Amino acid sequence: MKFVSEFRRSELAEGLISKIHRKSKTPVRFMEFCGGHTVTIFRYGIRQVLPSTIDMVSGPGCPICVTANADLDKAIALAQIPEVIIATFGDMVKVPGSHSSLQQVKADGADVHVVYSTTDALKIAEDNPTKSVVFLGIGFETTAPTIAASILQAEEKGIRNYYVLSLHKLCPPVIRALLDSGEVKLDGLICPGHVSAIIGSHPWEFIARDYGIPCVVSGFEPLDILQCVDMLVAQIESGESKVEIAYRRGVRPEGNQQALKLMEQVFKPCPAQWRGMGEVDHSGLKLRKKYQRFDAELAFDIAPGPTYEPVGCICGDILRGVKTPTDCPLFGKACTPQYPVGPCMVSSEGSCSAHYLYGGGFEG
Amino acid sequence: MCLAIPALIKVIEDKEAEAEIGGITRRISLWLTPEARVGDYVLVHTGYAINILDEEEAEETLTLLQQIAELAEEEG
Repeated sequence: MKFVSEFRRSELAEGLISKIHRKSKTPVRFMEFCGGHTVTIFRYGIRQVLPSTIDMVSGPGCPICVTANADLDKAIALAQIPEVIIATFGDMVKVPGSHSSLQQVKADGADVHVVYSTTDALKIAEDNPTKSVVFLGIGFETTAPTIAASILQAEEKGIRNYYVLSLHKLCPPVIRALLDSGEVKLDGLICPGHVSAIIGSHPWEFIARDYGIPCVVSGFEPLDILQCVDMLVAQIESGESKVEIAYRRGVRPEGNQQALKLMEQVFKPCPAQWRGMGEVDHSGLKLRKKYQRFDAELAFDIAPGPTYEPVGCICGDILRGVKTPTDCPLFGKACTPQYPVGPCMVSSEGSCSAHYLYGGGFEG
Repeated sequence: MCLAIPALIKVIEDKEAEAEIGGITRRISLWLTPEARVGDYVLVHTGYAINILDEEEAEETLTLLQQIAELAEEEG
């Protein structure tokens, strides 16, 4: 068992596709919340093999894409402080803020390091005791516990020049906001697999209970997505709405209790700004009082100035599932992965990037 | 961004481990999965094991998918 190739077997995919075609009678729209799922769906041409009864729409599950310009501007302003080293995950450096990007300020002399893990950022802090290392805390519940762990490690090792700009986002509150807006009608939700590895499946139950929408937690291989669609179709055709886990090898109903404990110890929920959705209550994380000395927003005086949105970019509408990338006049013309205008084209799991790389102009 | 890939734990030293990911050995953190043991497959996200993969559940899923495929073939 390697946990990868087994879940890409074409003969098993054919069986699932055939079953979905046999069973799906009711026209439905399913949303894959997670950008990782969007990539699998596009890379393996899953929209194309589904029956015409199933319409698929991508959701806001790309942390880089949903980071508001005002927050990006804070990161860029921090990078311009002379004694600050920014440590960040890769895609963030290319996202244009209101006036610049981390890539641009780096070219102008700012110290910006792309890291794979917070453990790399801690090492940079230890190696540069006269500088301040600010880690850009971007990510959902999957990533937030790793950043909580980095703060606890910094405390344990007495690393005093490590800070976090906490821009984390929580998924269940934004799905509630999306459903309450009434802008997009959904009949089923493909719940994010690795967010659920941490939080479990229980936090999705309100969607099935209060909104009557079937939910299935999916893994990231093509068979995982097809199995998830099959389970959603089964719920639809039997008139049920409940939360099920298709990704049983990676997700337990109760989640990862240790990760949740560390996240709870270090962070507490707060309102957060989402691109395209504005402020959503309880959808962000800020550092608890005990750990405030690690908070980059409190430690540094930053004034990023007024925020501007890129002209013509419809990333906000795409993230809410009300428009698709090909609706955008900039798509593939003024906005490409080489010269992105909006974050959905920058992030490898953004909808625009997935459409550009794998879509081939086909709308499923 | 929430990408996590399976890795096989080879050696554990305190809260860290050496793990094999697609033939490459990497150091990973076990802060979030202190119960992980040598020989476990874990999901690794940004250098941290975020969960232990359940081999039995994986086998059960594959058996179920095999049955769906066989049924599909019978029904033509």
